[in-house]
Amino acid sequence: MNGEVKEMTRGPTKNEKTKTLRAFLFELVIYIVFVTVYFFLVLHFLADWLQDLHLHHVKLYALMAILLIIGQAVLLESVTTWLLRILRRAQ
Amino acid sequence: MFFPISNSHISPVYLVVVGFVIGILGGFFGVGGSFIAGPALRAVGLDWSFAVGTDLAHIVGKSVVAARRHRALGNVDLKLGLIMAIGTMGGAEVGAQLIQMLKRAGNINFVVSIVSIVIYVSISSFMIWEAWRTLRYQKRRGPRTKTPGTAAKRDESSFSHRTEAIQRLKIWPMISLPASGVKAISLWVIILVSFIGGLFSGFLGGGAGYIRMPMLVYVLGIPTHLAVGTDLFEIIISASYGTFSHALKGNVDILIALVMHTGAAIGAQIGAISTQYFAGPKIRMAFVPLPLIGAAIVIYTMVTGHKL
Repeated sequence: MNGEVKEMTRGPTKNEKTKTLRAFLFELVIYIVFVTVYFFLVLHFLADWLQDLHLHHVKLYALMAILLIIGQAVLLESVTTWLLRILRRAQ
Repeated sequence: MFFPISNSHISPVYLVVVGFVIGILGGFFGVGGSFIAGPALRAVGLDWSFAVGTDLAHIVGKSVVAARRHRALGNVDLKLGLIMAIGTMGGAEVGAQLIQMLKRAGNINFVVSIVSIVIYVSISSFMIWEAWRTLRYQKRRGPRTKTPGTAAKRDESSFSHRTEAIQRLKIWPMISLPASGVKAISLWVIILVSFIGGLFSGFLGGGAGYIRMPMLVYVLGIPTHLAVGTDLFEIIISASYGTFSHALKGNVDILIALVMHTGAAIGAQIGAISTQYFAGPKIRMAFVPLPLIGAAIVIYTMVTGHKL
């Protein structure tokens, strides 16, 4: 029982910390590549259309602004969660 | 990079880095981070009205990421968040009206500056006193056996006797918040807390997480980890409302917000996951500098006359 408690209360070892850090850095690199490609696509295809909405259809622009930022948030969160799952499996 | 909506040139790397820093703060403390984002956008020449609206849009995205991560960690009380959203929006409208009244009276800058400095310094002073007392008590009592995931969330506060007195107020209707471990609390207390948060949000700008998160802990008795997660969930609703309202006035450059958010998305996850490794009083102690940074910015603005 004592052993169990000790096992539960001990902090992460140096090896575990290094593994976590390496996994995080790897995730960061993949994420940066994804994001760079993604936002060049978004900015390239959406910039003119959004500017037109901003000038001429402000209600639609307001709605699109909310949908885009929430959509991007859900997408990026899913990408990072997926990356973490893959990295954990690989470890 | 050129952003046609606001007609501005800003480096995307700068936006991503600013978003990343604010994301970490938001995920860890449950705040919007507008006291950093606003001045950071102003510093690269973005018009003040665009800075406020764009910052709100970016806060929505960052809060979605952080709240989803906190929800996965069991740190979000959806029922409480939804009730609070109602009070926040009401308070934000009253705060905005108050600003209009002060504008007509002609002394808006002075009043808002003094009120915000007093509020920021009071919150920091109170939290440093309470967190220090709680940590000292815990140190004197000695360590408890820890069970990973739950012990860190079990919260202690040297202010809990007052919180319990507030929870004993029997003003109908009483509701329970099982996710937060609150057996019964008056609905009006929750509405009042969220209304005050919204009032400061409308009056001083930003999401006002610096006042809502401490009130969730000290007034409603919500454990710190849940207060952070629930505050973020609530910010999604209130900041979406603010973004829509600002976008209708033409004050949101969504392209800037999207670029900022790419950094914030990963920062928010790091911040949210980091809360697992800190007990409630330590998170509250680390929170202390945030309102002080806000106060320093206001004092700088008053002294120099330059709005950051």
